[in-house]
Amino acid sequence: MNKNYMVSLIAVIVLFLIAYVGTQQGAGLQVLFGIIVPYLAIILFVVGFARRVMGWSRSAVPFRITTTCGQQSSLPWFKQAKIDNPSSTLAVIIRMFLEIVCFRSLFRNTRMRLSGGTRMTHQMELFLWIGALAFHYAFFAVVVRHLRFFTEPVPIFVTLLEQVDGFMRIEVLYDIVQAGLPGVYMSGLVLLAAVLYLFLRRVFIPQVRYISLAADFFPLFLIVGIALSGIFMRYFAKVDIVAIKELTMGLVTFRPSVPEGVSAVFFAHMFLVSILLAYFPFSKLMHLGGVFLSPTRNMTGNTRQVRHVNPWNYPVKVHTYDEYEDDFREKMVEAGLPVVKMPEEQA
Amino acid sequence: MKDKKKILAGLVVFIAVITFPFWFNMGKAAPAPELELTAEAKAAKSCVMPTEYMKVEHMQLLDVWRHNVVRRGERMFVNTDGKLFNMSLSNTCLDCHSNKEKFCDRCHDYASVRPYCWDCHIDSPKGE
Repeated sequence: MNKNYMVSLIAVIVLFLIAYVGTQQGAGLQVLFGIIVPYLAIILFVVGFARRVMGWSRSAVPFRITTTCGQQSSLPWFKQAKIDNPSSTLAVIIRMFLEIVCFRSLFRNTRMRLSGGTRMTHQMELFLWIGALAFHYAFFAVVVRHLRFFTEPVPIFVTLLEQVDGFMRIEVLYDIVQAGLPGVYMSGLVLLAAVLYLFLRRVFIPQVRYISLAADFFPLFLIVGIALSGIFMRYFAKVDIVAIKELTMGLVTFRPSVPEGVSAVFFAHMFLVSILLAYFPFSKLMHLGGVFLSPTRNMTGNTRQVRHVNPWNYPVKVHTYDEYEDDFREKMVEAGLPVVKMPEEQA
Repeated sequence: MKDKKKILAGLVVFIAVITFPFWFNMGKAAPAPELELTAEAKAAKSCVMPTEYMKVEHMQLLDVWRHNVVRRGERMFVNTDGKLFNMSLSNTCLDCHSNKEKFCDRCHDYASVRPYCWDCHIDSPKGE
């Protein structure tokens, strides 16, 4: 038991239940959870995101703190690691692109171990990298796929992704268990598996558990809740898709309405998504914007070719030694102190 | 700092991308599709199962039908009211719902669903 993840888990369950109970027949909060909360969440997300990034844009960037992962540009006969220690803007762009789409810095993750009791070794540790790649790409696919509820007609890139995502056709038809209809999307299952792995990693690896806070567990549980409720609605307790699209299309065309026949699980699903959006700008999830501004990755490592002047240096009022001597030359000579210019020369 | 303009440009691009559904549907009303029932369907009053069930579970039902016909050779379906039906998409479903474009396709297109029924059932009304 650990209060960090128990608090997060209970928070997500309570949030789910609030929306689930609030939209039951009779409770009548459909307008709140179907229209008001999603709009507020989107506003909070966009405004909060912009404020956070503009705040970062005002912060100081004093000097090149590029992480050098290879030979710096030097004398012509040294082979430069052009991407890992970039000296041109193009190389920086390539480095940033690979960092953002391939998570190269996670790939470098190592684990320290004592081998034979005394010798320290560094071993490759790729599971975090694999888990993160699976999670982020699955999440991205899920988000793009959901555009089918927010566009009419549905654009070609969404339908293409749906076809690729539904490539594996898994249909289980026994008398007791029937699953796999409508067509199974891989991304949803990969997302759930990856987020569960990322959670279990935080629980079972002692060092990672020690540094994990409620702010790390809460988004994980939130995403578990979103994925579970989505999978539940798609494959198990099927919902009226047309009514749901009517609601979501009402939101994006600013003609909001709550049609008949939208189930409470859907409202709970959408409430958790709204919470995720609203929570986003105030949380560690801002690494979505932050990764572009990582100063160790987005700067050229050209400290030996270019002189970098501290950008907020202001003109300091100085009184040089020459001026000091001009002020006190006669007195210095009288006192027998050495001077650079003799008074006779000045005359 | 000196990168403020670049950051602002990036932020504008990001906000333009995430608000895609809002400007993509700008000025369009996208009402839910209305289904047209044929005279036979109206006369029959009720489908093989209640409408609420058919709305969300028809694909599951059709898949079980296919399984029972193709794998087990069973042709008869008994619904909750005890009525008998021939398990056949072409002869039972499409007999009443002979207007595929105005019945099946309207919702499927709206929800971006491409059922593979029509890969084989070319004897559907427009399939000739």
